[in-house]
Formats: sequence, C-alpha cells, structure tokens
Amino acid sequence: MRLDILNHGYSRGTKVLFAMIRLFSRQPVPDAAKLVFYRPDFYGTLAKKFTHEAMRGPSAWSVADRELIAAYVSKMNNSAFCISAHTATASQASEDGSRVAAVLNDLDSAPIDEPLRATLRILGKLTQEGTVTADDMQAALAAGASPQQLEDALAVCTAFNITNRLADTFGFEQLTPEAFDAGAKYLLKRGYA
Amino acid sequence: MPDQKQVAHQALVDRILNGEGRASAEQRARAFSNHELSSPLDTLIDKVANRPTDVTEFDLSAARGTGSTEDELFELVICAAVGQSTRLYETGLAALAEAEGSHGNAS
Repeated sequence: MRLDILNHGYSRGTKVLFAMIRLFSRQPVPDAAKLVFYRPDFYGTLAKKFTHEAMRGPSAWSVADRELIAAYVSKMNNSAFCISAHTATASQASEDGSRVAAVLNDLDSAPIDEPLRATLRILGKLTQEGTVTADDMQAALAAGASPQQLEDALAVCTAFNITNRLADTFGFEQLTPEAFDAGAKYLLKRGYA
Repeated sequence: MPDQKQVAHQALVDRILNGEGRASAEQRARAFSNHELSSPLDTLIDKVANRPTDVTEFDLSAARGTGSTEDELFELVICAAVGQSTRLYETGLAALAEAEGSHGNAS
C-alpha cells in the first residue's frame, strides 16, 4: 500500500495473526483486512461495526443482494479491488455469478427484480453524481422497494463509498481469483465484524 | 427505535472527528468537509473525496514532503473518505424522507 505504516506498522500480535491467516488460507492477507488492523481504535473497529451492521444486520435485503449492491457501488466508483472482492462474494452468496455479471454489465437488462433494479439505479446516481431527489426515491417506491429497504441500501452504499475511496487512495493490491474466492468465503462465514 | 445502521455510522464519524488523533481535530474536520486545507494537502483530500482513482503516489509523497506524517495522512484520508460518503448518505436519506412525506406515510 502507498503508506509504509500500512505495510509494516503492525504490532507483534497482529503480525502473528497475519502469519496465521496466510498459513490457514494459503493466501496473502488482503489489504482490506490489513487496513482495519492498523490502529483499529481510530478507524477499524467502528468501521467494521458499521459495515457489518449494513451488510449482515437485520434487513429485507438478502446477504446476496447486499453483496451485489456493494459490487455495484464499487463499479460505479470504478474501484478495482472492491469490484473483484464483492463480485466474488455476491456470486458465491447467490450461487449465480451470471446474474451478478449481468447487473454490473447492464443494469437495465439484468434479470433482477424491479425493486432491486430501481434501488441500484438510485445508488448509482447518488454515487456518480452526488445527488438524488425525492422524485428518484418515489420512482423506487413505486417500483416496489420499501422505505426501509431504501434506507438499508443507503447504508450499504455509504459503507462502500468509504471503502472504495480508501482502497483507491491507499492502493489496495489486486489479488488472484483464488484469493478473492477465499476472501468471499470468509466474508460469508464470518461477516465484517 | 433509531436505525442501528445510522447509529453505527454516527459512532464512526464521532470517533474520527472528536476522538484522539495524531492530526489535530481542526485538520480532521477540514479533511472531513474537504474545505480550507492548505496545498498540497488540499489536492490529495479533494481527490479522495471526489476522484479517488486519480490519487497517485506523488499526491501522498507531496503531502509527506510538507511535514505531514504517515499517521496524520492515514487519519486525514479516512476523514475525507468518511466525510464525502456521509454527505452522500445524508443526501439520500433527505430525499427519501421528502418522498415519504409527500406520500403522507413518513415513518
């Protein structure tokens, strides 16, 4: 990563933990994981809590849908590491990689329910243009998304707008497909907490 | 009952702005709002907020070159990322509240 402290500035205990992760996963420790272990009192602990609440807390959206939302927001930000990580996670969660790929390729024609499509449309506009209107929200409500679903989707959008920015600023290193698959398996088993 | 996702988000915002840090609380607030930072920090922080894929090694080394430590930059970049994302969150929630209000079913 672009800050030396994020590559080397960890306590002895954290370095041991990283070595265990490498040993058991047989993959490098992803930079996304390293980031939340650096001075966790400043960012990592509460960032993980918020992200876990958004991605795994109570919601009418399934985990697979929320991982798809995360991948879509990352795509809107053109954030390479996060697109790969959450495409892998959404694909594993839904057991339907072609559906995930279709959404990222062309939202309008993708084979998904209208409430999800309308919600993604809003999140894409908010992420890329920085604004959405009450009319936009009404269109999603008319398409069948509930107010709570829209609120929950905005939380996912926020968590990934944060993570995308940090991934691209700090320069998260891309992983192999096998390593992204291993990370996806971990996120589906353990979540973000 | 308050929305637990918003509560968890606010806890993060409160921590990075008001808790202990290596950068001053004033600098962290400026990074969060992407406002009134001096050069070259203003370039880095504006990129984090608005076009993070354009951030380069040079942007970070330029900020280091004017006296910011890596720990200060770590904090200021996080403040900028959370700040911009918070503004998007607030924009979305306000639009949703307005839409619900006009339907007469605000929760």
